[in-house]
Amino acid sequence: MAVNVKTISDDELFYGHKACAGCGGSLAVRIALKILGRRSVAVLPAGCMSAVGFNFPQLSFANNAIISTFAGTASMMTGIQAGLKALGKKDFQVVGFAGDGGTADIGIQALSGAIDRNDDILYICYDNEAYMNTGIQKSSLTPFGARTTTTPVGSVIKGNLHNKKNMFEIVAAHGITYAATASIGYLPDFMKKVEKAASIRGTKYIHIIAPCPTGWGIKTEDCVDIAKEVVDCGLWYLAEFENGEYKLNRKIKEFSDVATYIKKQGRFKHLTDEDIQLIEASRNKKWDYLNKYFN
Amino acid sequence: MKVVLRDKKTFTLDEIPFAPCYKPGLVAVNSGWRNEKPVVDESKCNGCNLCYLYCPDGTIFKKGKSVGIDYDFCKGCGICKKICKQGAITMESEK
Amino acid sequence: MTREFLSGNDAFARGVALARPHVISAYPITPQTTVVEKLSEFVASGKLNSEFIHVESEHSALSAAMGASSVGARTFTATSSQGLLYMAECLTYAAGGRFPIVMMNANRSTALPWNIYGDQRDSLSLLDTGWIQAYAGSAQEALDLALMSFYIAEHKDVSTPFMANLDGFTLTHTYEVVDIPEQSTVDSFLPAYQTENKMDLDNPVNMGFSAGPDTNTEFKFKEHIGMLNAKRVIDECEDKFAKLFNRRYSGLVESYLCDDADYVIVTLGTIAGLVKDRVDALREKGQKVGLLRIRYVRPFPNEQIVQILKSVKAIGVLEKDISFGNEGTVYTNVNSALQKARLNIASSNYIAGLGGRNIEPKQIDEIFEDLKNEQSVVKFVGLGE
Repeated sequence: MAVNVKTISDDELFYGHKACAGCGGSLAVRIALKILGRRSVAVLPAGCMSAVGFNFPQLSFANNAIISTFAGTASMMTGIQAGLKALGKKDFQVVGFAGDGGTADIGIQALSGAIDRNDDILYICYDNEAYMNTGIQKSSLTPFGARTTTTPVGSVIKGNLHNKKNMFEIVAAHGITYAATASIGYLPDFMKKVEKAASIRGTKYIHIIAPCPTGWGIKTEDCVDIAKEVVDCGLWYLAEFENGEYKLNRKIKEFSDVATYIKKQGRFKHLTDEDIQLIEASRNKKWDYLNKYFN
Repeated sequence: MKVVLRDKKTFTLDEIPFAPCYKPGLVAVNSGWRNEKPVVDESKCNGCNLCYLYCPDGTIFKKGKSVGIDYDFCKGCGICKKICKQGAITMESEK
Repeated sequence: MTREFLSGNDAFARGVALARPHVISAYPITPQTTVVEKLSEFVASGKLNSEFIHVESEHSALSAAMGASSVGARTFTATSSQGLLYMAECLTYAAGGRFPIVMMNANRSTALPWNIYGDQRDSLSLLDTGWIQAYAGSAQEALDLALMSFYIAEHKDVSTPFMANLDGFTLTHTYEVVDIPEQSTVDSFLPAYQTENKMDLDNPVNMGFSAGPDTNTEFKFKEHIGMLNAKRVIDECEDKFAKLFNRRYSGLVESYLCDDADYVIVTLGTIAGLVKDRVDALREKGQKVGLLRIRYVRPFPNEQIVQILKSVKAIGVLEKDISFGNEGTVYTNVNSALQKARLNIASSNYIAGLGGRNIEPKQIDEIFEDLKNEQSVVKFVGLGE
């Protein structure tokens, strides 16, 4: 039976942690663990979720959980999976929760290696679009235009000049067993994907947009709404990659206004109408591509 | 099941494990983080449980046909108030 | 027991296979490669039932090893030189996590300039990472060390990762006749790895967590004690080993004709074999010389060094290493042992064999001759020759 708000486990496996109020990343971790259950082994690299969850003696994971090196999320997951298998253990899921920097920057090599070996792991990237734990520095998943502390708004350069890396399709290009995108604004979609991923043997990757109120410059109460809106305005999309094919899970007839989405966030405050038009044009181009190649 | 407060809060040299490996448990609550706290009007609640689902801290629990809140660990982010289509949750000042 | 003509790498691989690790993760690098090739063959042919992980880097090799160890699996990896340095972050991580991983390191020079030949700068530059460091002197010792390394590392009072060092090429690729023990004897020697330091699916723990200023010192203290406990466990392990295999090792150090010696060369690894030959030759000429081979640089044999050297006139520390701007690191460590014991012995340092430079018998003789000056100097052997 598909998991939903009524059937999801009441167990809270990630609890009492010190994430900021309204943290999107902690919501993604919480929901995934509720679905994966007590026999999941969580690996978290240096980053927000490890920093807030593992401060001895305040230890917030009810299931087995370990902090990996920053670059070593996927490789440590591989080792855990191999170790448990060699010891004859059954009915477990090794799950990783790494941020955008831990995934698309420093951890991409180990992740690529694990996908290449098709290790039986579920890697979840909670993407808050910058190095939030260290205080909002640019990662390769920071979107164009965003202000971070390393892409400040100066008189010459205004914010991040680079586009967000296409991590989902990079992962899919490996021929991975299963990959999906998600957003904490659409949890039922994410829940289905986690449940499906757990039922598949081999490497699984889920990339979930998880806003950071502090880094994005939004109110804590707006975290879920903005994660919905980024999908509704077409700057993010909900999709899956399975059996070598892409599938769009949420086709959008009419996008909500990009400018409205942008203007709600402190990190984009400096953007001009021309900048926003560029972002919109890039969105349109992306969707031309999605409509052509995704089912 | 969930992670709960430990009986033991401090550890002597002998009690500290030889490796960074220890059973789950908490020593401090998060209630002091709040400026405002969510309050549920059970008469307006229709039991959709969206607030429970979307709470980043998992501090909202199903209670009969409505929900309850673990105020020890609620940080007062207000997501529950915004997600509630019935207007059953209001934020009240802690002061 | 069978006897075979094996290289140091082959011998070590045979030892690892006899120890039956659950998980092996490794990335190839000269001159380590033939160890993991051999282990791959054992796995491919069904002789060894291990999970073999083909990682994409040394960082991942050790990271995966930590993952396997964190669920209580016996774990092996191997590397060398640049690979060891690339692992550096994971070295302190594994030691702090108290993961008793065994790693073979083929000692090799570190870039720049590039050089694939043997010296000991790779491992000695990482002495402070919290790993037990042993240095083998022969292929037989390499095989035996492979067996003992798991015993020592996994002992509940130690729980510390173990780096077994083999001199690149001079040991890894040099063949000698080696006794291969029976599997059944190895099984009675080596107990299964049991630990509370693991993620048990039925009793969850949080691992690898943060410890702030209030508890960090205590965790580090316990890490230190675990390493110190290895001294006792190494002796216990070698006693048990001797009873079962009829070969005895001498603990943290090997002393050769030091009892009445005036002049002693202190060294580590295979070069000790040459020094031993020269000691024999010089003894025949009536010179009172000796050899002290350090087998374990961590934990450091302070007490043994003092005990053995307390009556000598001068020592020369011969090492394939230099800590730039100071001196050889082994020399620093040996001098520290002497100073703490208030032993005022002339002590010199001979830096040799860098990047695989051959060390000649006559250079050993010259060192012994130099020691008679009873000075304390740091010299590069054969510089410019």
